[in-house]
Amino acid sequence: MSAADRIARWVFRFYMVAFFVYLFMPLVVMSAATFNTSRFPTVTPWQGTTLQWFSELWADAAMWQAVWTSVVVAFFVVIVSLPIGTAAALMLTSLHARARGLLYALMVSPLLTPGVVIGISTLVLWRQLNVGGGTFLIVVAQSSFIICYVMLMVAARLQRFDRTQEEAALGLGASKFMVFRRILLPYLKPSLIAAAFLAVLQSVENYNTTLFVRGFDTPLTVFIATKVRTGLTPAVNALALILITITVLGAVTYEILRRRNAAAAREAE
Amino acid sequence: MASLYQRFGGGLATIFIALVFLWLAGMVLAPNVMMIDYALRPNLPPAQIGGPNDVYSLDNILYLANEAVHRSIFFKTIWASAFVAFITFVVCYPLAFWLAQRATPGQTAIAILALTIPFWINEVLRTLAWYIILAFRGPLNAVLLNMGIIEAPVRWYGNIGVLAGMVYAYILFMLFPIYNSIESLDKSQIEAARDLGASTWRIHWRVVMPHAKAGIATGCVFTFMLAAGSYVAPALLGAPGSRWFTEVIYNWFFEGGDWNRGAAYALVLLVLCLVVVLATLKIARVSLTDVAK
Repeated sequence: MSAADRIARWVFRFYMVAFFVYLFMPLVVMSAATFNTSRFPTVTPWQGTTLQWFSELWADAAMWQAVWTSVVVAFFVVIVSLPIGTAAALMLTSLHARARGLLYALMVSPLLTPGVVIGISTLVLWRQLNVGGGTFLIVVAQSSFIICYVMLMVAARLQRFDRTQEEAALGLGASKFMVFRRILLPYLKPSLIAAAFLAVLQSVENYNTTLFVRGFDTPLTVFIATKVRTGLTPAVNALALILITITVLGAVTYEILRRRNAAAAREAE
Repeated sequence: MASLYQRFGGGLATIFIALVFLWLAGMVLAPNVMMIDYALRPNLPPAQIGGPNDVYSLDNILYLANEAVHRSIFFKTIWASAFVAFITFVVCYPLAFWLAQRATPGQTAIAILALTIPFWINEVLRTLAWYIILAFRGPLNAVLLNMGIIEAPVRWYGNIGVLAGMVYAYILFMLFPIYNSIESLDKSQIEAARDLGASTWRIHWRVVMPHAKAGIATGCVFTFMLAAGSYVAPALLGAPGSRWFTEVIYNWFFEGGDWNRGAAYALVLLVLCLVVVLATLKIARVSLTDVAK
């Protein structure tokens, strides 16, 4: 191995370490600050280890209200976006190539629209109908782009669907509705579950769109961002730590399920 | 459409079409049309709406062109977003290449899981983490002071803070498209180039990057768009001198009370993003279908 190669190898190692430190340091610092007695969340200086911020968080009624708002919004976003996203995917796969291109462009356009613009356009449309910002508009605005994700995930699975199964069922005397309910929906179920999961995550984490349509309601992300302005204490870090734990557990579960499904799919072939 | 009816029967097919219509017409097209309508009308007191003064004009957009502060914030947002995309690319490319070409399947699986963890955590929290690290009396200044690298605490909030937070937030949008496109590159092409005497730089410049063009374009486009439309990073990590265009838009809506002008600004932002996205995709010859993957 030449000297140049050795240097290159060390540079690459340094880069890898720097990359993962950059990736995880913020999360570590934010989590660690939860246990510091300092009123402003930090890890330097360490003033003493405490769990007081968890109890302070527990007692924060406004925070629980924000959690509740986020849960309600996420629930309705799933209710709205799963059926529409599935319908869109089915429609897309049933169309001829030329018509499909245009429809597809329209369907993915919300993904290419900045989040603030989605919020603003929804807000101005509904003001014409005398509906102001609030939970309802948050659901509408978030759904308009979360449907895209559902559509893409369902469409990806539909591409591998074997249509002869439908024909066989029809041949055996099933109605078209029965075929949809008993053949296609069960086949799509894994992608629907994954899509629902992604929809919840997208909904809970959304800020840019939500900010414009929230009216006087305060979902969790808005609550956290406001706290930064009005008085940040490690109670917010405690909340962050809980959310991180939930998301990490969720991500790992999702990954395990995905791999299990992929393995099952491979075996089926 | 006919095949949809044939496949699912009248009832279901009608429901599907109605749902999709509701979405595309009611939630995608109508809001944007209304935003354009708002952008082109003057901001009038309720009594005058529909009156002789309520006419279409480009006044709101021209206002942006003539207002020096807003104009400079607008251009600054464009180049700063492009810069964010560039830095994110530089940060991600070596790792994407390593994952796609050098790592063992086990290493790739672990690395990807590790990468996805910060990604699952929402943007506000990721930004909050940087807010804590970069604070004036925060850990970064403390560490650097201790190591003797700086002599006095640095005010990181501002351009540097926004850059750090944004690059962090959009790493994965850059990494995965590039990774996917490099993965399909046949290893023997790299070996052939090396055997023929190409340097590492040249291999990347002439073999890997042209092959990964679609992925690179997709990653850059998404990062640019997300950065230009971001509100939380500049709001938390910025300073008065580093205002972002989205903050100006927000102020028109919720502090200036001029929704028409705000809508006009938002329209300009939308058009800018669409032009950049479509032009980049055209230049890199990437179709929209590939982007959404």
